[in-house]
Amino acid sequence: MKKNISYIFNRIITALLYISGSITSIVVILIVIFLFSEGVGMFGKNPTEEGFIMAVNKTNKVSHLDAEQVKLLFDGEITNWQKVGGINDSVILFRMDNITDYFTEEQIGENFENLPTCLSKVVDSIPGIIAFVGKKYIDKNFVGKELKIENINIGGFLMGKLWFPTAQPVAVMGALPLLLGTLWVSFFAILFALPLGLATAIYMAEVAHPTVRNILKPVIELLAGIPSVVYGFFGLVVIVPFIQNTFNLPVGETAFAGSIILGIMALPTIITISEDAIRTTPRSMKEASLALGANHWQTIFRVIIPYSSSGITAGAILGIGRAIGETMAVLMVTGNAAVIPNTLLEPVRTIPATIAAELGEASQGGLHYQSLFILGCVLFIITMIVNLAVEFISRRNKRVAS
Amino acid sequence: MYKIETKDINLYYGDHHALKNINLQMKANTVTALIGPSGCGKSTYLRLLNRMNDLIENVRIEGTVLIDNKNIYERGIKIDELRKKVGMVFQKPNPFPKTIFENVAYGLRVNGISNKDYIEERVVRSLQNAVLWDEVKDKLKKSAFELSGGQQQRLCIARALAIEPSIILMDEPASALDPISTAKIEELIYELKDKYTIVIVTHNMQQAARVSDRTAFFYIGELIEYNDTKEIFTNPQNQRTQNYITGRFG
Repeated sequence: MKKNISYIFNRIITALLYISGSITSIVVILIVIFLFSEGVGMFGKNPTEEGFIMAVNKTNKVSHLDAEQVKLLFDGEITNWQKVGGINDSVILFRMDNITDYFTEEQIGENFENLPTCLSKVVDSIPGIIAFVGKKYIDKNFVGKELKIENINIGGFLMGKLWFPTAQPVAVMGALPLLLGTLWVSFFAILFALPLGLATAIYMAEVAHPTVRNILKPVIELLAGIPSVVYGFFGLVVIVPFIQNTFNLPVGETAFAGSIILGIMALPTIITISEDAIRTTPRSMKEASLALGANHWQTIFRVIIPYSSSGITAGAILGIGRAIGETMAVLMVTGNAAVIPNTLLEPVRTIPATIAAELGEASQGGLHYQSLFILGCVLFIITMIVNLAVEFISRRNKRVAS
Repeated sequence: MYKIETKDINLYYGDHHALKNINLQMKANTVTALIGPSGCGKSTYLRLLNRMNDLIENVRIEGTVLIDNKNIYERGIKIDELRKKVGMVFQKPNPFPKTIFENVAYGLRVNGISNKDYIEERVVRSLQNAVLWDEVKDKLKKSAFELSGGQQQRLCIARALAIEPSIILMDEPASALDPISTAKIEELIYELKDKYTIVIVTHNMQQAARVSDRTAFFYIGELIEYNDTKEIFTNPQNQRTQNYITGRFG
């Protein structure tokens, strides 16, 4: 009887474990599916504002443009059709409001009944025109040529150099500045954090007196527990003004500030994991080195670090992973300008910061909204690659050690 | 004239009195076996000779250790110089995570030798002396972890030989190996005797009897008996020695 009860109890425990495991896995998979399904609808859509088209004179050789070119045209950055593959003629911009420059209100009609004819006349009479007009005012007698705007595709999204998801008349979604901003900030963060973290790890594992280590270790682990907004606040109040004054910049919110903050945030991960790796170096390995007449430092650099290199790499990569995904602190100190960075002393904008800043103002289901989800997917893929790299390295480590 | 001479050695780990008044002398080009039950202090004694015990915290050493008539515990002794002269082979094979070649070259490199031809010549010669050359000559650039346990242990011996010590300490060098590898190591010890003074800790009575010229029996931190190996195994003077070598305890 007693045996039966314990058997049933065991089965219940097993079932509970099974259920919680399954639920967790399903939730994770659902989140990933949600992420992709929300975003993927963006590809193949036209970035032109809904209900509007772009039209040009029928003699214009240009028949299609991409979103970036339209943005530059309407910003007045491109003033000649030659730049986009047309003839040598200056560009004349036309928006719906401009119709009153060409026709009086009487001519258009009280209820805009003559508007389609007027539009047709304007587009027909000016060879260099590019018109941004409502679809419903284009009738079958329209003599202009509809300009085809390229649909959004993966290549254009990842390689596009401009990020203006709310631009008119055409949204421009090039994630390259955000992608580079993320990688740029993370790269320099790790460049600061890795030597510092490794030095601290070596100090704690090999040099420090046990008492010092016992104080230092919890302090460093405490660093990992500070909320990122506090780091951001610290960066904003201390590091940003410091950078601004030191380098004599107009603004201190730069990639450099972001890198420093991220570097500090990645430190606990790097130190803890590298220190553990260094401490797992077998005593016999150290003794072998010392017995051959090597001194302590030679032993550290020639035996201990090579032996624990895969653990150190794993620490560095996990630190990078943390830096890439970090949102709040970076949002607060990097200045958030979506431009491709040339130096460290420029504002940049990272992918997580973009999502956090823009999701609130993007209408649900719209193009902007979807593009932010695709950014989330890109981030997910990057961090997944990072985690797979850790897995690969630690597996290699196990093979060497056995 | 002795190669190694220890006088009135007392060693404490904190409160634990691990070696008690040890007096022991070893002549050059002999093999001395240290035997005794676990925890008797024989490994501690061995590690005294290249100051490996210095790595342990709370260790206190009294007495003198003379190597070539020089006290190695004197102030101003360079420990790395001492360890170059007194090589050591450990219980478990512990090659570095490097290539076979670099394992042997390690001792030379950390001692500031950078002449390529010289290093290469010494590596080859050490591997030959450790009777490993024929097995590894085609894979010097491969990781030392690819070798078998017995080969790794001979690699560790080659590594110790490369820096040309005059004394080699061996801490149960064959205890982790199979019988064939053990036989190879023992043969090697026999050959190395011509050039080196060897001190070997072993748990294996037959091994002590086969390889050593002199045997020292340790028991709970004391040196019970020290004599020619033949005498110890055929005619032990002390009852405890007799009990131990006949397998009645330990």
